[in-house]
Order: sequence, then C-alpha cells, then structure tokens
Amino acid sequence: MIEISHLSKRYGEHLAVSDLSFTVDSGQIYGFLGPNGAGKSTTMNIMTGCLSATEGSVRIDGHDIFEEPNQAKKLIGYLPEQPPLYMNETPEEYLRFVGEAKGLRGNELERQMDEVISQTGIDEVAHRRISALSKGYRQRVGIAQALLGNPKVIILDEPTVGLDPIQIIEIRDLIKELGQTHTVIFSSHILSEVQAICNQIIMIAKGGLVAFDTPENLEKHLLSPNEVILTSDDSAAEIRVLLEGVDHITGLTLEETGTGLVTARIKTDLSNVYDLSRTVFSAFAASGKALLELTVKKANLEDIFLELAETDDGASELPAVEAEIVESEVTEE
Amino acid sequence: MTAVLKHELKSYFRSMTAYVFGAGLLLAVGLGAMLYNIEAAVSNFEFALSYFSIIFAVIVPILTMRVIAEERKQKTDQLLYSLPITTTQVIVGKYLALLTVYMIPLCIVALYPLIFSQFGDVYLLTSYGSMLAFFLMGAALIALGVFVSSLTDNQGFAAGIGIAVILLNYFSVSLSEYVSTTAFGSVVALCVIILALGAVIKHLTKNENLAYGVCFVLIAAIAVTNFVNGGIFEGLLPSVMTKLSLFDRFTGFVNGVFDMTSVVYYASVIVFFLFLSIQSLEKRRYN
Repeated sequence: MIEISHLSKRYGEHLAVSDLSFTVDSGQIYGFLGPNGAGKSTTMNIMTGCLSATEGSVRIDGHDIFEEPNQAKKLIGYLPEQPPLYMNETPEEYLRFVGEAKGLRGNELERQMDEVISQTGIDEVAHRRISALSKGYRQRVGIAQALLGNPKVIILDEPTVGLDPIQIIEIRDLIKELGQTHTVIFSSHILSEVQAICNQIIMIAKGGLVAFDTPENLEKHLLSPNEVILTSDDSAAEIRVLLEGVDHITGLTLEETGTGLVTARIKTDLSNVYDLSRTVFSAFAASGKALLELTVKKANLEDIFLELAETDDGASELPAVEAEIVESEVTEE
Repeated sequence: MTAVLKHELKSYFRSMTAYVFGAGLLLAVGLGAMLYNIEAAVSNFEFALSYFSIIFAVIVPILTMRVIAEERKQKTDQLLYSLPITTTQVIVGKYLALLTVYMIPLCIVALYPLIFSQFGDVYLLTSYGSMLAFFLMGAALIALGVFVSSLTDNQGFAAGIGIAVILLNYFSVSLSEYVSTTAFGSVVALCVIILALGAVIKHLTKNENLAYGVCFVLIAAIAVTNFVNGGIFEGLLPSVMTKLSLFDRFTGFVNGVFDMTSVVYYASVIVFFLFLSIQSLEKRRYN
C-alpha cells in the first residue's frame, strides 16, 4: 500500500530522517512510535506530500507522491499534528470546502459529508463555529476532514495529544473502528496507547527505523531493568537489615517519603525478576512485616529508546534478553 | 480551484474585509466624482477615477494581507498542501476570489458615467477605457499584495510592507525628479538594488552561494557595460522609476490614450507576482 524507500530529509546541517525504508500493507492499524524529535512528523509530512524529501521515494499504491502527487494524495487522508481548521467557519462549511477540493460534487459530496459527520460524532456541533469547539471536537473535525473522499489510507499525527482521558478513549475507539475499513497509520509517543490498538508498530529514533514488528513480538524484545520497587511502613534501617538476608540483590536504594513510608528500589542479577519478587515477599512474610506495595519496574518507552538508539543499526541488533514487562502488584492488608 | 475560489469568497464576505475594501473604493471614486464631475462640472469621468487612486495603498493591503499569511499562522496551509490540488490552483483560486471582491464595487462605479451622461455630454470611450485600466492597475496591485502576504505569517507585517511598496510605487514618478540623473548615480543605485535582490534571494532560497553569485555576476555586468558604453546609464534611474510605476501608466489612459504596452505591462506584473507567490508557497515544501 505504502512503500517508503531510502527516505532522507535534511534541514541544513540537521538530518531529520535518515535512510528510512519500510512497507505498509493494507487493512491494518500501524502505530508510528518515537520520542519527540525522532522524525515522526517529518516522515508523515513527506508521506502526505506536504514536505519534499532530500532523497528517497514514497509510493502510495504505486503512485509516487512527488511525481504523481494528485493521484497519490487522493488515496490519503491526513490529519497533521495541529488540526488545520479555519476557526471562524462551522464544521459543515469547512468539510464542504475540503470535500470540494478533493473533487466531490453534488449528491456524492452531501452523502460523504453526512457519513463522516456521523462517523466522527460531530452532528451536534456541525453548525457551531470551530473556534467555539473543545479540543476533542476540533480533533474529530480534523479526522472527519481526513475521511472525506474515502481514502484508502488514513494518516493521523498524534491524534490524542492534549485531550482529556475520556476524549482519548473516544478517539482511540474511533481509530479502531476506522481500522476495519481503512489502513490507518497514527503516530504517538505513548507506548501503551500504541500497544492497545495497533496490529503493527513502526518505531523510529533519530530519524532511523529501530523496530518494525507486532506489539507482542516487540514486548519480548524489550529490556527489563530488573528492578523491584517496594513500599513499607517500617523504618529504613529495619528494611535494610531484612533485605541483607536476601540473595541476588545487587543494588538497594532506600528513600523515606514524607508520609512515614519507605520506598526501596532493589536491583537483581536474576534473569527472571519475578524470582526476586517472590523471595522479597517471602522474607517480609517470614518476619511478620507488612508489604504495602510490591511492583516490578515497567520498562517505559524512554528506556527502550535509550536502549535501541545505542545499538547503531537498530532493527537487526535488537536486545536479546527476553523479559516480560507486566506489572505485578501485591498489596497486603 | 473552484473550491478554493468559493471558499475564499465566503470568507471575505463573512468577515469585514470585502466590505471595507468596497467602501474604501466607492468612497475614493465617489469623492472624485463629486469634486470633478458635480462641483467643477467637468464631463470627464476618468479624472474621478485617478483623483483618489492613492486609496489603493490602504485598501489593497487590507484586502490581501491575510490571504496567505493567515493560512500560515493558523497552519491551515498544511491542509492545502495535503489536498489533491496544486499550489498554482490554490494561488489562482485565491487571486480570482480577490478579483471578484474588487469587481463588485467597480460594477457600481461603472454606472456613474451612464448616470452623468443623462445630464450632459460624457465621452464614454475614455471613461470605460480608463475604467478598464483602473481595473488592471488594481489587479496588478492585488497580485503584488498576494506576494507580500506569501512572504510572512504575520498579517500586520504583510499589510505594512504592502502599504510601503504601493506608496513607493505611487510616488516613484515624483521621486524620480529628485534622484541623480548622472551615469554614476544610476550605477550606484543599480548596485544597491542588486544587493537588495541578493538579500531577497538569500532569504528565499537560504542559499548564500547563489545570492553572492547572482550579485557578483550582475555587478560585474554593470561594471563591464559602464566601461564599454557608460552613456547608457545617463538618466537611467529616473526613467526606470517612471516606467515601473503602475500609477503613472494609468495617467496615460486618463489623458485619453489607450496604450496597449501599458495593458501588457499590467498583465505581466500580475503574472510575475502570481508566479512568485506560487514559488513562495512551493518553497515551504522544501525547507
């Protein structure tokens, strides 16, 4: 569906995207992950013809975005990071303009407008000025605009940024729904969001591809920091004495929180971090002390990026250590 | 293109822009008509058109300041880039919308000579010939305004530069009497213009070598020409200033000469600035 080969983009001295290649198949939801400044927006802008590339090519269903821009753009609906809305128009006027610019006329225009308005749930606000709408509704109007012309691919740049939790869930549901009929590519820097709705994850860092896999496979590759965090209401000294009797502890940091609780960060050399949780739990139980909270530290996206970005040619040298990153919480009493 | 045209027209009539522009134009022509045709009982309507033509320096920038600058500021230019329409269609659509806004008050003005002819002899050929030239002059100034708006994302800045450029153009004939007519003066002025051109090229292309190269080649060409045949530069500057003036060419029509070279000049100015606007929009894709 979309074929990106050897794409590079240079801003003066700065290389924003470097030799990026991947292929996107139809009918799936792709999550485009990367920390801020990784080149996500630049790549998306190039894919949609908003920006030129320094090198490389982008083909949408066989049409090169630079050589046959009109045919290629008809296949894409794009929502940029900041929804491109005319603030003093109503969503209806705005969508009419976009529809006409996409070549829709007469009954077909009316039909598609009704369809996208009901699909994105903006019926109620269709006659209000966009400047008076909440951010969530504005985002929906932006998505409605991308859906006009029934494009095969929908590209959304950080569609959930700046929304409240309820709006985020609504937009995610909408993306899932769109994924049933379109190929959807959406960018995010929130790992859990991408894990929840994508079939495939495209991960980039420093302008290059570091991983392209299903969420399940990617999880297996992720490095766990092998760290357990516990909270107790005993004194720091008592916890230290207690933990000194436990094997395989390579590092211990104790911190007193203001509320009379103590947080301990325990590092281990065990390959399975749950073995450590188990022994720590047993040690507390045996001494009759209460364990208020016990958590295996979850690998977050930033850690993974630090890890992946260090290996020079990322994708081929994924870290081999297999560790699950499921949060385990044990709360007593 | 029709989508852009319709959309722009709606936005002009939703905001005050179209009305302010129309009112300004009607006021200027109306004042001229009152002073010349009614008070002084002169039967030439064309004088009424030229009397307050300086109003263009205010109303054209008001009309054109937001045309592209505002798209940039609101980031809606991203939408235009991602839609399956070319930048040429965007610029031409926007320009046609501006011309439509401009034509509406002119249609009302077109009735004046007919009304006056009820009360005396009005030479309609020069009246409508001048009106056509008036339209072309305004159209050229609007094209200039579109280009100025495409250079920035700040409406106020676009308006300020637009006013300055149009005023300079308006007064360039009067100013040309005060500038040096010597060959040396012309050479110095040309060098300054070339350096300014180099600065514009540097700003637009972000390519220093190109800007320096262009400056160097042009200045070398002037030096060589001056050495071979210095007489060319005698009186060049004032004559160029007069020739470039859009307003001075309009005076010719008012005096009853329908000058085709001026019509071609106006058309060239329109095409030139629309072309530059398209390049300016296209350039954003490359930086």
